[in-house]
Amino acid sequence: MSIWEYANPKRFMQTTARILPWLAVVAGILVIVGLIWGFLFTPDDFKQGATVKIIYLHVPSAMMAINAWGMMLVASLIWLVRRHHVSALAAKAAAPVGLAFTVIALVTGALWGQPMWGTWWAWDPRLTSFLILTLFYFGYIALWSAIEDPDTAADLTAVLCMVGSVFAILSRYAVNFWNQGLHQGATLSLDKQENIADVFWVPLVVCITGFVLLFVTLVLLRTRTEIRARRLSALLSRERRG
Amino acid sequence: MTALLVRDLRLAFRAGGGFGLGLAFFLMVAVLVPLGVGPEGTTLARIAPGIVWVGALLACLLSLDRIFALDYEDGSLDLLATAPMPLEGVVAIKALAHWLVTGLPLTLVAPLLGVLLNLPAGAYGGLVLSLLIGTPALSIIGAFGAALVVGVKRGGLLLSLLVLPMYVPTLIFGAEVVRRAALGIGLGTPLALLGAITLGAVAILPFAASAALRANLR
Repeated sequence: MSIWEYANPKRFMQTTARILPWLAVVAGILVIVGLIWGFLFTPDDFKQGATVKIIYLHVPSAMMAINAWGMMLVASLIWLVRRHHVSALAAKAAAPVGLAFTVIALVTGALWGQPMWGTWWAWDPRLTSFLILTLFYFGYIALWSAIEDPDTAADLTAVLCMVGSVFAILSRYAVNFWNQGLHQGATLSLDKQENIADVFWVPLVVCITGFVLLFVTLVLLRTRTEIRARRLSALLSRERRG
Repeated sequence: MTALLVRDLRLAFRAGGGFGLGLAFFLMVAVLVPLGVGPEGTTLARIAPGIVWVGALLACLLSLDRIFALDYEDGSLDLLATAPMPLEGVVAIKALAHWLVTGLPLTLVAPLLGVLLNLPAGAYGGLVLSLLIGTPALSIIGAFGAALVVGVKRGGLLLSLLVLPMYVPTLIFGAEVVRRAALGIGLGTPLALLGAITLGAVAILPFAASAALRANLR
């Protein structure tokens, strides 16, 4: 029993069909509980007032925006090395989800920035690198949709994902060099003395877990759709030939 | 390899190749921006480093799709791929040819544009140096993008969507060199980082680009 058995589309479909409903329910419960807890049952921040509560949407989606690209990178590598089609399709399925999280992070960031920093948009390094990340997502999705042959498209997008990761990281540090930031330092780390207070921390962790599970659910769902679409096109072309 | 380089250069210079076009476009940018933002010397001097670099970037972008597309259409790319020379070498030579007909001329005429844009006197050395070090990265990154979209009909727009985000680090450090030169601060750090990006791109991207070409030619 190894993880590679799930590279078989049939095994993948069977297993995901069984776990997907549970996963979806748990993800939904965690997100709903986390957000309600965060929005309604935490005290206001002494400086930022109620606006601080947007953190429960902003931070998890920002984390998932980056992690989604990381997951695409791993899936692309597996596709390039082991040629498992499920892996390539999972990377394809993750891209729009990651793009959605990136946009959520940018929009909630703007809504939070307006009252706190007095501006919707500033050329802060993190904002800028997120905007660049959005462009990378757009390019990746556009390349998938531009190329007809599915295997060629998978190869090319996998190469793009790997090279793009390098340049995305480079851009991240280049914009740091280019402008100083408005964002605070890390306050969620496990090894620091000064962290966010526990009243905020616990619902935030619930939200983050919920968003992770939500991402996994969406990616599995979309991968299943991609596999079905692939089967359908194979059947159609067989019918046309036969 | 030399034969391929000479062939590519000939093709670029003759047959209405994009040789002059990139330069003309670069010049157009330098003419249009002052018309847009107004002729005040101080404003122009402040934005000049950025304008020159963005102009160089866009001028490079114009001729990128020619790197592989024509050879792909008439089949000579298949011949090059099956030739004894490694495909990575083909990519590197083609990127070099692209740089010789766009990046190098851009670097040489950039001081002229600096005059038009009222660039401070101390910045000309930094401008030429940064373009000389930075534009090879533009060519090789562009060659990678062109290899990705070579099979796509009318891939020009897609190409710019893929390539422009990857130009960000080069643009930032390049413009920073010129800005620092204009202010008279030491420009060692951004110049070194710019060189690092160029060297890294030249070392790695031919392999990625030839992987993309192989997928496209399969």
